[in-house]
Amino acid sequence: MATPLWVRALGYWAYQYRRTWRSSITTSFLYPVLYLAAIGVGLGSLIHHPVDGVRYVDFIAPGLLAATAMQIGSNEAMYPVMMGIKWWRTYFAMLATPLRVLDVLRGHLAWIAVRLTIVSVIYLAVVAAFGVARSPLAVLALPAAVATGTAFAAPIAAFSATQDKDVGFTTIYRFGLIPLFLFSGTFFPVTQLPGWLQPVADATPLYHGVSLCRGLVLGQLSLWPALGDALYLVALTAVGYLLARRTFTRRLVV
Amino acid sequence: MVARGLTKRFGDFVAVDSVDFEIDRGESFGFLGPNGAGKTSTMKMISCTSPVSGGTLRVLGMDPAVDGTRIRARIGLVPQEDSLDLELTVLDNLMIYGRYFDLPRPLIRRRAQQLLEFAQLTDRADDRVDPLSGGMKRRLTIARSLISDPDLLILDEPTTGLDPQARHLLWDRLYRLKQEGKTLVITTHYMDEAEQLCDRLVVMDHGRFAAEGTPRELIERYSTREVVELRFRSGEHESVAHRLAGLAVRSEVLPDRLLLYTADGDATLSQVHAAGFTPESALVRRATLEDVFLRLTGRTLVD
Ligand SMILES: Nc1ncnc2c1ncn2[C@@H]1O[C@H](COP(=O)(O)OP(=O)(O)OP(=O)(O)O)[C@@H](O)[C@H]1O
Ligand SMILES: [Mg+2]
Repeated sequence: MATPLWVRALGYWAYQYRRTWRSSITTSFLYPVLYLAAIGVGLGSLIHHPVDGVRYVDFIAPGLLAATAMQIGSNEAMYPVMMGIKWWRTYFAMLATPLRVLDVLRGHLAWIAVRLTIVSVIYLAVVAAFGVARSPLAVLALPAAVATGTAFAAPIAAFSATQDKDVGFTTIYRFGLIPLFLFSGTFFPVTQLPGWLQPVADATPLYHGVSLCRGLVLGQLSLWPALGDALYLVALTAVGYLLARRTFTRRLVV
Repeated sequence: MVARGLTKRFGDFVAVDSVDFEIDRGESFGFLGPNGAGKTSTMKMISCTSPVSGGTLRVLGMDPAVDGTRIRARIGLVPQEDSLDLELTVLDNLMIYGRYFDLPRPLIRRRAQQLLEFAQLTDRADDRVDPLSGGMKRRLTIARSLISDPDLLILDEPTTGLDPQARHLLWDRLYRLKQEGKTLVITTHYMDEAEQLCDRLVVMDHGRFAAEGTPRELIERYSTREVVELRFRSGEHESVAHRLAGLAVRSEVLPDRLLLYTADGDATLSQVHAAGFTPESALVRRATLEDVFLRLTGRTLVD
């Protein structure tokens, strides 16, 4: 049976990963673990009263999972998309073969999902070793983390396909990802923010990713808010995908 | 392949202006034309990588708008701009490309070995692409287009940047592919290449066909049999051309020389001398496609 067209595009990224996995493991996996050790365990040892009812390390471990997913999902939808369109024209190589624009897009997003899965599995295993995961629901933190990542990847891929230079990516980091990383509930509960900022934090995708992952890993979650978080992430992924379909087509079909 | 009123527009700009052509199975067909003539735009439409803006197009008997995937499965494309993965090795680039066509890995590996041999890249198979020379990358792109054993090969300036030996190797290969019954569509700025490779060709200018025929026909139709090339001191060509106009069927002034079109070059050259002109150098040669090109577009082929 013929391999589906988008799987062939996915195959390209997997093939490429064989060359880069060593360095990417460092950035995408070692960093969160170092954060966890330094801030969760090191700094956490100074925090004697519980945060949201748990030890500090328990509090930040699932938050870092979501934040890492955000970071990987975003990053993979920036420079590699630029590479495909402009720098190496990888996408155009695909489009000269049976693949269509939709296959190119799906293959790339599917690859990002695979990357997110790999990193999240390893990270969750480490977190379990730290004794943080205390609920069988923690297994579900895996799809939650992947959804957090794709909720960033899909819309950012749509944006990247409209760009001619990579300066826009710096802006996304500076005014988007870094503030989110710091203030969306990863390191401290958003209830600590000034009152007017809380609704802003509540509206960000990372906040929903963090809440969902934290609830699942710690086994403290209520059904409706959790479903709301999940729906938010899935909806953002879907909207991003639809936008990316348009921007990819506009850019690649000329 | 059949095109009727084939048109490509970019906004208000018409890059390909309602052209008609037919290319038969097993034929090799060339597109010549100055920069910006619309060759690449045409290649992209017939390789089903760019949608047509108007007219009808059938490739391998199918409609690109409907069957793009099935058509492209049988096409090998050498685009004008390379699209290699620079971080991967030479061999990996071939492996990946073969996978897009869903070929089994052992088959790709076997073909890759032969193609690397042909592209003279065997000893670079495991090197990254990035540091390869421009010509080597071009050879790899050409090898890559053949990995799927395509029925239709579309080559957009395949030999730009290749050294003479590599060009001859490619010609030889293309000639053999043609004998196997493959269809070739080529654009080039080299008229010797067009004369060698193309059964039929068109000269494009401003999105239209200025002429169509076999190389021989075109030379007969648009040029005389022989050409006298005269070189005077720079700046003199224009005025000399005026005074020699009566000696030739047609004359053409280039920045560095004067061309006289005539049936008998030696006779014309004697007349030039008899008229008291002393060019710095003089040469009598047979007319080529370059003369056809010059006549039709007012430009030299390589500009
Ligand atoms: N994507 C595009 N958007 C706008 N204009 C374009 C686009 N692609 C090509 N053109 C224009 O269409 C015209 C034909 O370009 P094309 O690339 O087909 O020429 P060509 O015959 O291949 O030239 P060359 O010999 O330089 O490769 C040019 O004027 C070019 O500027
Ligand atoms: Mg061109």
